[in-house]
Amino acid sequence: MDVTLRVWRQRGPSDPGGIVEYPATGVSPDASFLEMLDLVNEGLMARGEPPIAFAHDCREGICGACSLMIDGIAHGPMAGAATCQVHMRSFSDGATITIEPWRAAAFPVLKDLIVDRSALDRIIAAGGFVTAATGGAQDANAVLVPKEAADRAMDAAACIGCGACVAACPNASASLFTAAKVSHLGLMPQGQPERSRRVIRMVAQMDAEGFGDCTLFGECQDACPKEISIDVIARMHRDHMRAVWFGGEERAETGPG
Amino acid sequence: MTPLDSRVPAGPLAEKWDRHKFEMQLVNPANKRKHPIIVVGTGLAGASAAATLSELGYRVQCFCFHDSPRRAHSIAAQGGINAAKNYQNDGDSVFRLFYDTIKGGDFRAREANVYRLAQVSGNIIDQCAAQGVPFAREYGGLLANRSFGGAQVSRTFYARGQTGQQLLLGAYQALERQIGRGAVEMHPHTEMLDLVVVDGRARGIVVRDLVTGRIESYAAHAVVLATGGYGNVFFLSTNARNCNVTATWRAYKRGAAFGNPCFTQIHPTCIPVSGDYQSKLTLMSESLRNDGRVWVPARIGDARPPRDIPEDERDYFLERKYPSFGNLAPRDIASRAAKQACDEGRGVGPTRLGVYLDFADAIARVGAQAIRDRYGNLFDMYERITDENPYAVPMRIYPAVHYTMGGLWVDYNLMSTIPGLHVIGEANFSDHGANRLGASALMQGLADGYFVLPATIGDYLASTPFAPVDTSHPAFRAVEADVAERTTRLLGVRGNRTVDSFHRQLGKIMWEKCGMARTEAGLTEALADIPALREEFWRTVTVPGSGQELNQALEKAGRVADFLEFAELVCLDALHRTESCGGHFREESQTADGEALRDDAHFAYVAAWEYAGEGTAPVLNKEPLEFETVHLSQRSYK
Repeated sequence: MDVTLRVWRQRGPSDPGGIVEYPATGVSPDASFLEMLDLVNEGLMARGEPPIAFAHDCREGICGACSLMIDGIAHGPMAGAATCQVHMRSFSDGATITIEPWRAAAFPVLKDLIVDRSALDRIIAAGGFVTAATGGAQDANAVLVPKEAADRAMDAAACIGCGACVAACPNASASLFTAAKVSHLGLMPQGQPERSRRVIRMVAQMDAEGFGDCTLFGECQDACPKEISIDVIARMHRDHMRAVWFGGEERAETGPG
Repeated sequence: MTPLDSRVPAGPLAEKWDRHKFEMQLVNPANKRKHPIIVVGTGLAGASAAATLSELGYRVQCFCFHDSPRRAHSIAAQGGINAAKNYQNDGDSVFRLFYDTIKGGDFRAREANVYRLAQVSGNIIDQCAAQGVPFAREYGGLLANRSFGGAQVSRTFYARGQTGQQLLLGAYQALERQIGRGAVEMHPHTEMLDLVVVDGRARGIVVRDLVTGRIESYAAHAVVLATGGYGNVFFLSTNARNCNVTATWRAYKRGAAFGNPCFTQIHPTCIPVSGDYQSKLTLMSESLRNDGRVWVPARIGDARPPRDIPEDERDYFLERKYPSFGNLAPRDIASRAAKQACDEGRGVGPTRLGVYLDFADAIARVGAQAIRDRYGNLFDMYERITDENPYAVPMRIYPAVHYTMGGLWVDYNLMSTIPGLHVIGEANFSDHGANRLGASALMQGLADGYFVLPATIGDYLASTPFAPVDTSHPAFRAVEADVAERTTRLLGVRGNRTVDSFHRQLGKIMWEKCGMARTEAGLTEALADIPALREEFWRTVTVPGSGQELNQALEKAGRVADFLEFAELVCLDALHRTESCGGHFREESQTADGEALRDDAHFAYVAAWEYAGEGTAPVLNKEPLEFETVHLSQRSYK
């Protein structure tokens, strides 16, 4: 099949960037979307032109590196899939496809379709963990975890940190990302001692990074390749409110509001 | 050459590790912050080591080429992690896990290392549970287990089909905690391009900042490589696209011996290749073999749709050949049996390079919902890629390169032949011998990172006098110059062939001549083909752009240039080892019924190759493997 690509090209963070058109011809419908881009890049490089830069690695939907806005939809037309899991059979022959990077103030473009998502790491560093230094753990079966809690925690923990939720959100909020980790750890008994401190710090970091607020549009859950529900955001808000009013030392440090 | 000293402690097997921990020197808590340590790679081994070393008080600088330490390829491991907890009361023990691992590795691993691995396996589960890893649970709240890939006990812990992801996120979160505290200096988007050795000791690395292109140096008292395996030397593999051999290969060229490079693992259950545009292969978790039955048509050339082939015209070849293990036969054996069926002309699917993995019986027995609960995400993944519904028609699978047991040689302390250079996880030549059992890679990565290295590195640091060396030392300038020269050379060829086309061609040579079945003739051809391809690469490759920017073509070019050198060592090792063992099958060495035939009299050793300079054949050093506890037997899964 043949398609026409309209691709965002930007040489570096300070370059204004713009859309450039490329033909992609003789593409197998069984090729993945990224394999189609490989093909276009092979053609560019054979002519000595710089390839289209895009982030990718595992190509099986788990590492969270790939991050393309395809025709205005984060990760493209397939629900519950990362860009690397989209195949060309999802497009019609002769289609024109527009490819852009994630757009968010907190995700500056580094080059072409690659953005800087280190803000997400800093949200985790602020509190997205259980403080459990290596060595002191008791027997794993000493703490019972109800199956339902473990299953719901796993639903939230499935987040791959790709940032599609931010890209899809009209406010560029990182609420789904942050709430997924707050919920994963908040649902596990091991996460209880730091529950208040965690949510306060992670939310504060999210705000500090310049992500927008959540106004419950719900675009994030539709874009999420792991189909994480916005229920986790409700949970985060509840935890946050409880922490701010009843959270002890953290409340004194940060105060309500 | 340096004689290989494995530094295995004396004493009975079960007491070696405890005794060694007591005998090793400790670093005073107040002195730990005076020891900077570099950790390269943030997969299970690297992230767990960086976090743990930092918790102990060392000054850690951690590097990864990804934009975030959470993306290392450990994240893609699906099936699970083994531990000798015996929670299922089915007869498991530390000794049994040790024995299974030694035997599964076809008696080509060091007893003492493997025993230690089994010993700490339980601590790993405890540690991960404490971090809040959402392992699968029974209704009563206890941890669930399953049996996995060739094990006759249920010792595998799992988190749906995303065990690697959840374990890695646990280690990543522990690492982020240390980064947030300012205790670990994290360098994402930074690729190690060379090792700096000063006065015979590893004292630093030279890296390229992948965003700015700047070449930079970092100095430390010890360097830890946790840079994963080299499966991508075959181009098509289940490894992530950016996995590469550069860090370990550069260390080899600076003097670290490379152990058993020909021990590569071909995983039996991958989605078959569909076309020449293909960029990587996708693994379907081995856990599928718990319920799926592997078969091909009994008759050659039978092209009927699978559901039209009656039971008595099917060949459930694993069940037939290995009645006691059946579909759970170890990876090397299952892979070879599939290849054999296809070689006989009984393969299925458009390319005829595939066998069926059929769930019809399991669905009839426990219902489609139960199968969906167990494998739902894997079935979805399969359908997404192939456009076929595996609830209705059998999956098609074929073996693919998945893991590399070979790696830099390390002693019992996980230190390479360069003092101060430690190697952990898949990057070392490891505890898996010639074949790794399912759910053991995660175990080894975390054992090394959480428990073994943090203990053993202290002995090196405490017992070594460190001359003050920083990045102004001339050795750093010299290595930086080497790195810059290589970059300039890659950019300067300005030919007309893309890097990927060379990589693809190299992969084809390796898969055909150094893949599932190897022969003297094939390997000899490969050893002529590879240097010729390398020569062509340096004459005709095109790498657009410059070195002073984010340049993915340049990154890839450097990695492929190293694969083009490294591939030769793999073939040389495969050629010299004329026995068959584990994943290394030499057609010249097989039993009458086509099983791998080991040659313990001549090959019960680790081959540790030592670099001898450009254009000179590497030196083969041998570490004899002594088996004091287990009896060497011909592996049988019949």
